[in-house]
Amino acid sequence: MERSDTIWRVLRGLALTLVIIFFLFPIFWILLMSFETNEQVLAIPPKLFIHPTLMNYVALLSGKLQTAAGALDITFMRNLWNSVLLSVCSVALSLVLGVPAAYAFARFRFRGGEDIAFTLLSFRFAPPLLVLLPLSLYFQDIGLANTYIGLIWVYQLICLPLILWIVRGYFEDASPDVEYAYRVDGHSWWRAFTRIAIPLAGPGIAAAALLSFIFAWNNFVFALVLASADKQPVTVGALAFVTASGIQYGQIAAAIVLSILPTLALALYAQRWLVEGLSLGAVKG
Amino acid sequence: MSLTIRNLHVAFRRNLVLDDVSLDVAPGETLVLFGPSGVGKTVLLRAIAGVEPAARGQVLIDGRDVSALGPDRRDLGMAFQNFALYPHLAARENIASPLRARGVASAEIEARVGRVAELLRISHVLDHPPRALSNGQKQRTALARALVGQPRVLLLDDPLRNVDAKLRYEMRLELPRLLRAAEAATIYVTQDYREAMALGDRIAVLHRAAIAQCDIPEAVYDAPVSVNVARLFGDPPLNLLPCRPVAEAGGLRVEAAGLRLLLPAAREAAGRDCLLGLRPETITVSRAAGGGAGTVRPAGAGGAGVPVEIVAATPLHERMVLLLRAAGGVELLASVLGEPPQGVPVVLQADEQRALLFDAESGARIPHVARTLEVVA
Repeated sequence: MERSDTIWRVLRGLALTLVIIFFLFPIFWILLMSFETNEQVLAIPPKLFIHPTLMNYVALLSGKLQTAAGALDITFMRNLWNSVLLSVCSVALSLVLGVPAAYAFARFRFRGGEDIAFTLLSFRFAPPLLVLLPLSLYFQDIGLANTYIGLIWVYQLICLPLILWIVRGYFEDASPDVEYAYRVDGHSWWRAFTRIAIPLAGPGIAAAALLSFIFAWNNFVFALVLASADKQPVTVGALAFVTASGIQYGQIAAAIVLSILPTLALALYAQRWLVEGLSLGAVKG
Repeated sequence: MSLTIRNLHVAFRRNLVLDDVSLDVAPGETLVLFGPSGVGKTVLLRAIAGVEPAARGQVLIDGRDVSALGPDRRDLGMAFQNFALYPHLAARENIASPLRARGVASAEIEARVGRVAELLRISHVLDHPPRALSNGQKQRTALARALVGQPRVLLLDDPLRNVDAKLRYEMRLELPRLLRAAEAATIYVTQDYREAMALGDRIAVLHRAAIAQCDIPEAVYDAPVSVNVARLFGDPPLNLLPCRPVAEAGGLRVEAAGLRLLLPAAREAAGRDCLLGLRPETITVSRAAGGGAGTVRPAGAGGAGVPVEIVAATPLHERMVLLLRAAGGVELLASVLGEPPQGVPVVLQADEQRALLFDAESGARIPHVARTLEVVA
């Protein structure tokens, strides 16, 4: 009995290790690459044991890239800031618009309600490139091309449907009786919404915000077409490392590591919050 | 401090839930709203509270029409069937909610919450979140929240449904005292007829989208307006036997299941298809005496006993419920005190004065003719 227990534990550990290696290997490799020079990256066979160098990070943070062909300006930190600005503002705007809308769709039946909700969802169906061409022409006409506001607006195509549909489900799951009880106690409609409905849907709102933040952060094609260098996020900015004198693998790897960090930190923080919210979920009597 | 409902009408799409319902509840009075599940009792309460968008009609509190006001401006307390406590707030804040809405000072909130919690014996759990409370404590917290603001109208939606039997009995004894102290016009919803009889100053029976009868508990039980109302009250349910009464001197002669009863009922029913309603506790079962014929009839019992067979017997509280089978296979339920005679032939007798007669077609009860009138006639 005890022996077979030990065998099981070993086998399970082995299986878990295999799965982790399988999924995390690319990230591990990128992390390794970010501490190597371009020559080391391109060495064949690849070396697992290297003399780590911080030059990639120094180049990114200082904005100066020394290559064989001479010094090159890179705007990575600017791109990182653009990513933060665009993602945070887009998610914030989506929350302001999407949460009340989700509440309305969940609680009230009104003419055309389902159609409107479905139309909003359908934003996610269309291939982005299909809308981009006409959009960029319009944006040039009305002066929104290459502006943060224009980009944040377009990012609503990514964030708003996601937040709307996830949060709507959470509002629908919560019993309206709890809000009714609060109204009967003498509180206004607005207070019932902010003090009861939103806290009860809190975990859902957090999950939706996190997901849409990740989608916004990872977006590439909208910013590629609609913004020029000084407004572009990291996803587009990484293209700058493909230079005339070759592809700067080391810097690309370091840039990836740096651009993963904010989302990773946010995910870890929100995860704690999500679990807390779920254990609160004993809504039923 | 009274509540008046006029011509309340609720329909969901084509499904009519409440049709032209009118009610009056006096201050300090407890009106029990009774009916089978799904009949619209909760919908009626919601309409009064103002949280039922489909409601049409008038709700007056103290003579003031509040129909157009939101639930927050009607000044009422409501206890929901599923408690509807705020899961993210401690019991104390749950109870304090109506006072917070009115901007009562913190010190006074503390004092009033403490007082109502003591009354309901939940002082020791005030700092717990709802999920840490037992069902009984949740129910008391919900009740405390409804009572704490001393509202003019109290709406209690089956508050004892989700609590265990022991607590249900305790609360059934305590609630009348609490409600009297609250001095509010109270509507209490239940589908337990014992609870209705125990708590109601009056009972309104909701049936098929309308109030079928609204009267004191004894009247609803002893003189139900229709066979449907009669069927809702009583455990075990009343026996219904098809019959065709014949007019006779002194009343109506009814024969069913071998019984020959002379009912003091109106004679217009003679010759019509009727239903004889016998409450199980108005049936007596006794040992068959001698030859059967010529035995002494107990006062008020109709006719000689009908020989029956006891098919099954089961105890219910202090009484025994018997399933009887008479000649022709007619089965009847009787509820008797003490052990039924065993191993000997038995007969059943029914109380003529308490027998009910209903029109088979309309279901309406055929009223008794007052004795005095009969003497004059």
